[in-house]
Amino acid sequence: MRVSNIVQLGVKELRGLSRDPAMLILIIYAFTVSIYTSSRAQPETLNRAALAIVDEDNSPVSTRIITAFNPPYFSIPKMVSQADVMARLDAGLDIFALNIPPNFQRDLLAGRSPTIQLNVDATRMSQAFTGSGYVQSITTGEVSEFLSRYRSGAAAPIDLALRARFNPELNKSWFSSINNIISSVTMLSIILTGAALIREREHGTIEHLLVMPVTPVEIMASKIWSMGLVVLVASAVALILVVQGLLAVKIAGSIPLFLFGAALYLFAMTSLGVFLATVGGSMPQFGLLMMLILLPLQMLSGASTPRESMPEIIQNIMLAAPNTHFVILAQAILFRGAGLGVIWPQLAALIAIGMILFGFSLWRFRKFVR
Amino acid sequence: MNELSQGAQDRSEPVVHLDAVSLSYGSTRALDGITLDIPSACVIGLIGPDGVGKSSLLSLVAGAREIQTGQVHVLGGDMADAAHRRRTCPRIAYMPQGLGKNLYPTLSVFENVDFFGRLFGHDRHEREQRIAALLRDTGLSPFVDRPAGKLSGGMKQKLGLCCALIHDPDLLILDEPTTGVDPLSRRQFWELIENIREARPQMSVIVATAYMEEAARFAWLMAMDNGHLLASGTPSDLLRRTGTDNLDAAFIALLPEEQRRDHKEVVIPPRGMGQDEDIAIEANHLTVKFGDFTAVDDVSFRIPRGEIFGFLGSNGCGKTTTMKVLTGLLPASAGEARLFGHEVDPRDMTVRARVGYMSQAFSLYSELTVRQNLELHARLFLLPADTIEGRVRDMVTQFDLVAFIDALPDALPLGVRQRLSLAVAMIHAPDILILDEPTSGVDPIARDRLWQILSDLSRKDGVTIFVSTHFMNEAERCDRISLMHAGKVLISDTPERIAAERGNGNLEQAFVAYLQEAIDRVAAPTVPSTQAAVSAAAPPTAEERHSSHRLLGFFDPRRMFAYTQREALELQRDPIRATLAIVGSLILMFVMGYGINTDVENLAFAVLDHDETTISRDYALQISGSRYFTEHAPITSYDDLDRRMRSGELSLAIELPPGFGRDVARGSNVQIGAWIDGSNPSRAETVRGYVQAMHTTWLVQRARELSGAGEATGAFQIEVRFLYNPDVKSIVAMAPAVIPILLLMIPAILAALSVVREKELGSIINFYVTPVTRLEFLLGKQIPYVALAMLNFFLLTAFAVFVFRVPFTGSFPAFTAGACLYVIISTAMGLLISSFLNSQIAAIFATALLTMIPATQYSGLVDSVSSLQGAGAVVGRIYPTAHFITITRGTFSKGLGFDDLSAPFLALIVTVPVLLGLGTLLLRKQAN
Repeated sequence: MRVSNIVQLGVKELRGLSRDPAMLILIIYAFTVSIYTSSRAQPETLNRAALAIVDEDNSPVSTRIITAFNPPYFSIPKMVSQADVMARLDAGLDIFALNIPPNFQRDLLAGRSPTIQLNVDATRMSQAFTGSGYVQSITTGEVSEFLSRYRSGAAAPIDLALRARFNPELNKSWFSSINNIISSVTMLSIILTGAALIREREHGTIEHLLVMPVTPVEIMASKIWSMGLVVLVASAVALILVVQGLLAVKIAGSIPLFLFGAALYLFAMTSLGVFLATVGGSMPQFGLLMMLILLPLQMLSGASTPRESMPEIIQNIMLAAPNTHFVILAQAILFRGAGLGVIWPQLAALIAIGMILFGFSLWRFRKFVR
Repeated sequence: MNELSQGAQDRSEPVVHLDAVSLSYGSTRALDGITLDIPSACVIGLIGPDGVGKSSLLSLVAGAREIQTGQVHVLGGDMADAAHRRRTCPRIAYMPQGLGKNLYPTLSVFENVDFFGRLFGHDRHEREQRIAALLRDTGLSPFVDRPAGKLSGGMKQKLGLCCALIHDPDLLILDEPTTGVDPLSRRQFWELIENIREARPQMSVIVATAYMEEAARFAWLMAMDNGHLLASGTPSDLLRRTGTDNLDAAFIALLPEEQRRDHKEVVIPPRGMGQDEDIAIEANHLTVKFGDFTAVDDVSFRIPRGEIFGFLGSNGCGKTTTMKVLTGLLPASAGEARLFGHEVDPRDMTVRARVGYMSQAFSLYSELTVRQNLELHARLFLLPADTIEGRVRDMVTQFDLVAFIDALPDALPLGVRQRLSLAVAMIHAPDILILDEPTSGVDPIARDRLWQILSDLSRKDGVTIFVSTHFMNEAERCDRISLMHAGKVLISDTPERIAAERGNGNLEQAFVAYLQEAIDRVAAPTVPSTQAAVSAAAPPTAEERHSSHRLLGFFDPRRMFAYTQREALELQRDPIRATLAIVGSLILMFVMGYGINTDVENLAFAVLDHDETTISRDYALQISGSRYFTEHAPITSYDDLDRRMRSGELSLAIELPPGFGRDVARGSNVQIGAWIDGSNPSRAETVRGYVQAMHTTWLVQRARELSGAGEATGAFQIEVRFLYNPDVKSIVAMAPAVIPILLLMIPAILAALSVVREKELGSIINFYVTPVTRLEFLLGKQIPYVALAMLNFFLLTAFAVFVFRVPFTGSFPAFTAGACLYVIISTAMGLLISSFLNSQIAAIFATALLTMIPATQYSGLVDSVSSLQGAGAVVGRIYPTAHFITITRGTFSKGLGFDDLSAPFLALIVTVPVLLGLGTLLLRKQAN
């Protein structure tokens, strides 16, 4: 293995990429516009949730409740009749329907403990669950404030001071911007190396290389370092300019440490890209195969939904995927400011997985070029 | 009677009339003001090298390409007129360039011809008769069930001819039908055409060819160069006019002065004696097998240093495989290959440095300039850094590349590119050059220049040259040649001796004789007699004639089903696509069902208890007792809390202040601290909800314990009913919503690829030149994918109900009807995308982009459509996935039927004609 060959071939890859405007646009798009827009466009968990209210009481307290629901969490409540409630929920027009019974205020003041009914369309998972909590606390708040004017001397306050660490306002765009970087890194590392390899074969240049004094290891290593470097630079730029700059996300930890982790991750993922290219012989097969591999990797890595709530077997299987470790590492460094002392197990895992993938891809690649 | 007079009229009038026809691709001018009449009822040859505009001209005549400027009249009408094209295309047959370009490689011989019969509306009986007759006459009858992709080059071309002749055309257009075909098959092919012409003398045949010896037999020739017509006339006319004795020389003589100026006859001096002791290349009983297919069968040869050794044979006879073994690209299954006496070892870098290889296709980096290509290879061959510049300069001068030094290869003419390839192969001054068809597609002048270079290398520098070629005049220039057929070397000797022995001095005839002998030996019974009567091509009866025109003009279900049937067959035979469609979507459903899981359970929490009283422990117990939280070891200090939260170990930390128990008992103000890991905001919100709820419950319990039951029931109650999904399980909400996403992405991609593949592989030409209409084409292609998607739909639904155990409560007929409409829409979206894209990878990306994001983000999968804002909200209102998710959730979880879902049904019904209409409008019936 000659380092100079690896360098020469890698430089050739970079030159080739620089002459492919479509690919450059794709990379720039994926690391800037795409991250920015989808971080901005994502609604909060509860955004303009559709709420209908059946007011059978028409009392001051019921009016208080109705006027308490406002954007951005809720849309202005629709006043409907009891008969329409189910039809509207069936049609998916509302997610919540609050029913204030007749004589609510009278019973309340008389201490008869009346009941307000809240119907929730539980097929709208995240909104249904978070939203019903909000509806309850808003309603309770309004009712107790109303009551406190009539009664004095509330019960002993045992206060719960809830604070969210690392992202005090639970700002979703912070989370999704980092996730978008992770998924762009994942997708491009596979596409760039895999498509570069398939293009070489479709153009017959790979054969050409192999009749020269160049070994398969050198060819593979050159693709890995050059394409990995492109993605690494792009993610650094995205992190500093888009995430820190435009989106004003506070990054808690060390960016160089994150990039070091990303480099190890890229080593593993570009090897995977080479592997997929050797399996899918043509560009369309590679494209379809990539989607089939990429989607599960992304969904189960823990980036979009927490790992704890997945079945244990899936959690264990996913420990073999580089994504899982990179997601843990990225979130620990960028959000929680974790240092080397905390994330070393992930770094070790990425190195191990990367070596195995590289070895396996090299074996496939040798057969592929035969 | 009418028929006869029509025929007579055709004979007197030119079959094709061109007037000032020009055609450009971007800035390249392919045809430049061609005006020409082509006589009818004879064989007309179009001669000239690759890239001079022959194919462009023929595709214009066939109606496959849009006319840019000038007039094209074919069979008495203007080809710019769509109505005339529709009327005449059943009378024209067009076989595009490239072996089997318009065939479907996975379909069998019979299925291929059958497809064309259906396109022309023949009924079953008629088709079977015609196909049987055509296959018999072309000698393909023994191979009816063989996939077209597995036929030899010659057989592919015969099959292409069968497909072209199925509808008795009056004008047959053949674009280089014999390129890459062995001399025997070539001869058989022309005999076939002769027989057909005898049976139907009124048929006109236009043939483009690069083989001048073939052209000599045609009735009329048109010589083309650089988009211009050089000359036209009978072959003897052209020879007389140029004063030459062969058409190659005549063609060169016809070229403009400036192109001819540098041209010299190639003269290769004889080799010196006594060099034959030094063997450069040696093969001993070389055999290469791929599975049970023997590509190279017991091949042996010895090539001394400095010799030019020619390798001849048809496509797929094993030439390229042999060369790959010699270069170490392929291992030999048996036998051995030696270079300079050493066995070829792919790991031996020193031997590689002595070999230069130029592969069949241009295989240099098109993204690097001429200089960068040369420099890269110089470095890879480890030339000393200080000599690289000089060496590159030498090569540039020797191969005459000075003018192109900073150009990109794609911008260069083919001849120059081949010179660059050769320069790159020579950069490290190798002792052996292995050249795989270096001159295919190169014009005669450039070819001669290349041969002059080869001659110099061999004679002056002693370089051994191993070269494969199709051209007989090139074979004659070699010192020795080998003829290969079906993996075997038939004969190996000097060209003169071979020609004298079997061909009366003619090399081609000698080869034909050897080939015939080899074929007779192997498969005597299957060889067709080309003298058989061509009954299929007998003059059509009035009834037969009529049958081709029975079809309806704009929409005929038979033509549509021809495409449906073909697409279904192809789908059946492409395991990757079929597997992906069925298994892939089940896997994705499984993964997404589990992956998009918003249930938050088993969260890690720990307590920092400064108080350590019964009351504080009771508070912690309240939390650890719920299924949402799992308690970890208590937190010892603030540092410990910080470290464990940073590592992500804890999602929740509770701090109970000193004196907590005392203060609670006294009823004085006390504050509990709770820290949530906010790095995943939606999880954090859920945690916050849980903690708040548990805090409240704890307070109520405390109050109840203090003041006796009953009193503390609260001022009022809120009764929450979670409808449709009482346990609030993620899977119940997600699984039904994942079905619409999978039924969108995969069918759309498959449908899009089905059209774009045809564009990329070239079989789209059949759509251009046959009477099939755009709507028939699209609908015909769509049907199999709709069927496949419906199969997928049933599988996915069964998976949701039986594996994920999601209860199905509503009307299954309504759900199925909705799904049917929806997959029609998703496949139509794929077709719409494919109508304006031309490469498969672009189609994949575009389809993924246009389906994945709207379907997952704007269609109510997680966030309901009503909560969206801005552009997303607009997309969400019109996007079909949003409507189908309403139907899916309605029928799955809400127990609804047709009546309750009329609005989304209406939306889907309206979408179908809109998408199909747009697709039909945007799809082009001709290339542009």
